[in-house]
Amino acid sequence: MNKKKKFQLKSKHLLFIMTFLCLSGILGSAADKMPVTPIREAAGFVIIPFQNGINQIGAYLTDCLTGFQNVKKLSAEKEELEQKVTDLTEENNQLVQEQQELQRLQELYQLDQSYSEYEKVAAQVISKDPGNWYDTFVINKGSNDGIQKDMNVIADGGLVGLVEEVSSNSATVRSIIDDSSSVSAMTASTSDTCIVSGDLRLISDGKLAFSQLNTTDTVAEGEKIVTSNISDKYLRGILIGYVSEITEDSNHLTKKGYIIPVVDFQHIQEVLVIKELKQQGGE
Amino acid sequence: MRRKITLAFLILAAFLLQTTVFQYFQIASVTPNLLLILTSAFGLMRGKKEGLMVGFFSGLMIDLFYGSLFGFYALLYMYIGYLNGFFCKVFYDDDIKVHIVLVAASDLVYSLLMYVLQFLLRVRLHFFDYLAHIILPEMVYTVVLSILLYRLLFIINRKLTENEMEGQQSPWLRR
Repeated sequence: MNKKKKFQLKSKHLLFIMTFLCLSGILGSAADKMPVTPIREAAGFVIIPFQNGINQIGAYLTDCLTGFQNVKKLSAEKEELEQKVTDLTEENNQLVQEQQELQRLQELYQLDQSYSEYEKVAAQVISKDPGNWYDTFVINKGSNDGIQKDMNVIADGGLVGLVEEVSSNSATVRSIIDDSSSVSAMTASTSDTCIVSGDLRLISDGKLAFSQLNTTDTVAEGEKIVTSNISDKYLRGILIGYVSEITEDSNHLTKKGYIIPVVDFQHIQEVLVIKELKQQGGE
Repeated sequence: MRRKITLAFLILAAFLLQTTVFQYFQIASVTPNLLLILTSAFGLMRGKKEGLMVGFFSGLMIDLFYGSLFGFYALLYMYIGYLNGFFCKVFYDDDIKVHIVLVAASDLVYSLLMYVLQFLLRVRLHFFDYLAHIILPEMVYTVVLSILLYRLLFIINRKLTENEMEGQQSPWLRR
């Protein structure tokens, strides 16, 4: 009995001490006073190799599985593709001519900084947020490969997110579908700005919400939404997605709606990190 | 000592699985909360102190890699483990009912706290949407998984207890 009492007392004290520890950690990191990065770095040093390994095995297995399923599809697809090749060669000839024209015009407009020209680093997604409330993931490149905080991350030609934290061999990326992220964006054709924000409730539908689209023009469904030039972190002109639904706000001034992103966020495996920061970028 | 090593290994394994393998097994875009199962199970089987420690280190793992506030998850998991420890008194050999109820309750409490502390404070008011899309699916998935995992954890715990018993020769463990 005596022993039991002592044990309970101890667990209460332990709880108290640990609570104090956690609270000080929370307050410390909230006030940016506590150096969290070195701790995370040390932990990453141990964990990242495991995650890398497991992930490679996982990727290999899914490859095997999908490869197996695809065999039947492939022969049908092949015929289709051959047809396409002939079509495309024709189209390509036309495009080459137009490309030259475009180049000339771009020089004229000084729009030569398309994001395809930025220097990029390829990285692999090695683990995702264990909870269901946020959408962040870890990539296997870090400051050793020149990655810095606030660099833009893209995949499949579209915006994925922003580097949030960097340690030497890994970095945490917060994706744009994350509930706490919002991107200043604009329509590609008319340059009307809006705010694209992630919404947890839309993640399962694979959509993003946009709001405060201030425009008098009619914006059609299927309109391209790209990052805007007034954003302080996102580089200009990165494709986010296409408008799938648009409604007018009750104030009749702004519009809101949904976007279907070009990136398949459920199955991201490889991403590109643009090695250019908005703050120091440009001329 | 053997117990500590085993627990550390279990937490590490649960974290690694949850962040990598289980991301491939998402159902309705939720992943089960393995670390919570671990915390709850050891709280139930071993009492407040161990529940508290397992919870703390489980949460710490998440904090180290994903949390924005360092210590938030550790605090949350720690209290869940501690509260589960209160039910150690009603723990019988392989009575799975208590375990299921506790895991379900823990996951519910965890999700509600996450919602209130991280979403409600950012004025995301559509509680029932979150309940239907995230909280309930996660709870169901976690509970199902916990049923499968319970025997494994139970056996591990028994092995460890037997081992300690041999070392200490304490008679009270043999019921």
